[in-house]
Amino acid sequence: MAAKTWREWEKPLIELEEGIVKLKQMAKDAASPKKEELESEIERYERALSNYLELMYNRLGPWETVLVARADKRPYTLDYVSAIFTHFVELEGDRRYGADRSIIGGPALLDGFPVMIVGHQKGRNIQERQYRNFGMAKPEGYRKAIRLFEMADRFRLPVITFIDTPAADPGVESESRGIAEAIAASMQKMFEITVPTISVIIGEGGSGGAIGLAAASRVLMQEHGIYSVIPPEGCAAILWRLPEKGPEAATALKLTASAALELGLIDEVVPEPLGGAHRDPLDAAAKIREALSRHLDELAALTPSEVKAQRYEKFRAMGEMR
Amino acid sequence: MNKKGSGPSDAFLQCLGCKKILFSVEFKQNLRVCPHCGFHHRLSASERIEITFDPGSFREVDADLRSIDTLEFPDYAAKLAQAEERVDRFDSVVCGEATIMEHPVSVAIGDFAFMGGSMGSVAGEKVARTLERAIDKRMPAIVFTASGGARMQEGLLSLMQMAKTTAAVQRCAETRTPYICVLTDPTTGGVLASYASIADVILAEPQALIAFAGARVSKQAGVGGRVPDDFQSSEFALAHGMIDRVVVRKELRSVLGLLVGLLGGADGR
Repeated sequence: MAAKTWREWEKPLIELEEGIVKLKQMAKDAASPKKEELESEIERYERALSNYLELMYNRLGPWETVLVARADKRPYTLDYVSAIFTHFVELEGDRRYGADRSIIGGPALLDGFPVMIVGHQKGRNIQERQYRNFGMAKPEGYRKAIRLFEMADRFRLPVITFIDTPAADPGVESESRGIAEAIAASMQKMFEITVPTISVIIGEGGSGGAIGLAAASRVLMQEHGIYSVIPPEGCAAILWRLPEKGPEAATALKLTASAALELGLIDEVVPEPLGGAHRDPLDAAAKIREALSRHLDELAALTPSEVKAQRYEKFRAMGEMR
Repeated sequence: MNKKGSGPSDAFLQCLGCKKILFSVEFKQNLRVCPHCGFHHRLSASERIEITFDPGSFREVDADLRSIDTLEFPDYAAKLAQAEERVDRFDSVVCGEATIMEHPVSVAIGDFAFMGGSMGSVAGEKVARTLERAIDKRMPAIVFTASGGARMQEGLLSLMQMAKTTAAVQRCAETRTPYICVLTDPTTGGVLASYASIADVILAEPQALIAFAGARVSKQAGVGGRVPDDFQSSEFALAHGMIDRVVVRKELRSVLGLLVGLLGGADGR
């Protein structure tokens, strides 16, 4: 039986990590020779932990990737914003209807150069999750993104989007205010602007909600992110009328970063520290930062019309047929 | 008559709206619209072409484009073969060129009968080519949608069709190529959230299902909220400013012809 949450799946790891913390505390207070004994014990635990980490993370199956991508300990957009950029000024208005806290955005500096950031934002505890609407954006979120894309184009700031959403908000209100139009218009704006754009899928790339911010010059994906046309549970419900067959559907959907790269639908897989981004958020951020700088440098060589043409051709070529 | 819009070949049938018994001949003459309650039954792509464009003017292109089961998705190959057999086409979208009231147009028509009109690589490619053909040949584009959304069996490839078709719509806008979209029952999910929602003019047939998310999901998400009776219908979309007009089937041809003429047509640029 497959695990249902990342905590369940990571149980042996979490227990080892907790054990190590306890032993270290004991060793701190202990005197010789007990101290040496504890230290060799800690070493043994740490070896076991790194073995386990390698065993579990180097052979991450599609379903386990889904669990890790959704892990509530995983770094979210604002964690990366503070680790990668400086001088971020969040701009919240959509100028149309209301504030949507499930998409954040604003200008910041990357390596001293101004860029525009837009990204989905999830919450970690119950209050935060509600505040962020579980990372499910309403039309207002996409309309705020459109506004920021336009501003970026006006002031020649490259755009960086962070993708981390289970889906766009499916509620009655969102439907009433045109969630489908907002997503389509956001994508359209990403094809209209002439500054380079980079999207990074850092967690869940959930169908329309994700592509609405991901029609970019370059699309990068973290090693344990997922990118899918439908959540595996939803797919299983349609295919076999059994939502609990999510693990099988996850395999069928080929929703991992390596599969997306193989299909030619993303440009690069950004590696994560051993054991996932949540084990070392700063290292994960450093790896994203390196990739962003490199791609921005490459894209800086293109003229505005070349930027547009490249983006068009890139998405135009997607599809398999005979 | 179990399936919505699939008519029997017998002399009588039952309206899916008011359940009254109708004469098949009369029903067909009335463009598959119930003469009693006005319910618009679904059309096949061929029926749509026949009642919309100048007689005999439609020339299909890219009819031979076929899906590949790239993901080796469970049962996809069998489902595709079944759909090809039943609908006698290779995909859910039919495209080509035609004239409407003598204006040349580049057209694409979705057919719900082919795997729920779902958009995979081929449907996305045909819509993109239809828009590009309009740009190249300097004529307006008309697209009829009828789709349950993205084709799950093509995974991320089908999600990317949303971006691909949207890119082509943007190119229409930049080249001043008029693009008119007609939403028919149903237009949902990834199709609604891409090329269907950003046309220069968006028309819809009466009472069509127009929805981003499944109705059940939407209503669950709207806990405590009031769900209007006409939620996710053409009339609802019109009332919320998302589309421009709801047009009854027998007037669609003349409204489209008029719009094509007004927005530029073949030599307006």
